[in-house]
Amino acid sequence: MAGSDLVMHDNEFQKIDEELQRLHQQANASVVFLVDKNGQLIASAGDTHNIDTTSLASLTAGNIAATGGIARLLGEKEFTILFHEGEKDNIHISLIGQRVILVVIFDQRSSLGLVRLRVKKTAEALAKIFDEIASKAEKEKVEGGKTAESPFAEISDEDIDNLFK
Amino acid sequence: MSFINYSSREINCKIVYYGPGLCGKTTNLQFIYRKTNPEQKGKLISLATETERTLFFDFLPLALGDIRGFKVRFHLYTVPGQVFYAASRKLILKGVDGVIFVADSQIERMEANIESLEDLRINLAEQGYAVEKLPYAVQYNKRDLPNVAPVEEMNKLLNVNGVQWFEGVATTGIGVFETLKGVAKQVLLELKKHY
Ligand SMILES: Nc1nc2c(ncn2[C@@H]2O[C@H](COP(=O)(O)OP(=O)(O)O)[C@@H](O)[C@H]2O)c(=O)[nH]1
Ligand SMILES: [Mg+2]
Repeated sequence: MAGSDLVMHDNEFQKIDEELQRLHQQANASVVFLVDKNGQLIASAGDTHNIDTTSLASLTAGNIAATGGIARLLGEKEFTILFHEGEKDNIHISLIGQRVILVVIFDQRSSLGLVRLRVKKTAEALAKIFDEIASKAEKEKVEGGKTAESPFAEISDEDIDNLFK
Repeated sequence: MSFINYSSREINCKIVYYGPGLCGKTTNLQFIYRKTNPEQKGKLISLATETERTLFFDFLPLALGDIRGFKVRFHLYTVPGQVFYAASRKLILKGVDGVIFVADSQIERMEANIESLEDLRINLAEQGYAVEKLPYAVQYNKRDLPNVAPVEEMNKLLNVNGVQWFEGVATTGIGVFETLKGVAKQVLLELKKHY
């Protein structure tokens, strides 16, 4: 619902993109992507052509949500890191700042140790960026200002009807 | 929780189909999937048991088109209906932008409808949401069956606030897109209020 919506602008998106590109390179990862806790893909780096990123994002968020549920049953706060090992590919999933999920897919060209190390650094940087986004949203709410380029400002019934033609 | 990305010019919204077990939530998604052009949809993912009962959720991403240069995406989810999947239902409701309550019109399922609606209220309230404040519509499904309750009766039991409602036959698609469109419209108009 509004208020907890995630609104992202160009400069923030670029900062996030830079962080993901760096992580992709430094961790020797195949693919890196960032998912909202509710399952929406935010950004990715690496070769995503052969991957259904939308489905992956939704399932990753479901995975984090389910393990979070298990954690609470056990009296843990949350499991912040998940790791799945496959025959060829491995997947490292980490929860950042209670809000976004960082996913790293890597094969034998990298290692869990390296991925862990690099993810830690990226996580700190991303947490900072998302803090900025949150405080900016808070400020905009106080000022009650709507963005000038808002696609919603003049949205009409006809626009919506056209989506369902 | 919507995700508005001014950089890639995308709007993402989450809509959840809620309702008792076997009321036709998955069937709604399957119909939408069948009738949508390939370039407008992603995979329909069903985390189901061997007997095709929804275990965790069904998920269908839809990219219906553009509004003012922004690509509008709806992520559709269904919840597992059976009582014992309560924990999963809560998780799926997180960050929801709009809810479609699918009710089973068969008289003998009225108890189950009421119970599920109550469950929805409780789960939304736990997250600080209220059905009254959320983009929300009701679908009375399975209208093709002989033993259905009259719509007026169902409105009295399941729609005391008089929200938008639709009659549906999800197996043949009657009312399916109408219901989705009804809630999608409410979601977009809600965003318009804030941004
Ligand atoms: N006759 C009839 N059967 C329906 C209708 N919608 C769904 N069904 C059937 O009801 C059963 C349960 O549907 P499903 O979508 O799996 O229910 P869910 O548990 O809510 O996901 C299936 O056998 C469907 O074919 C309908 O409108 N009419
Ligand atoms: Mg189902």
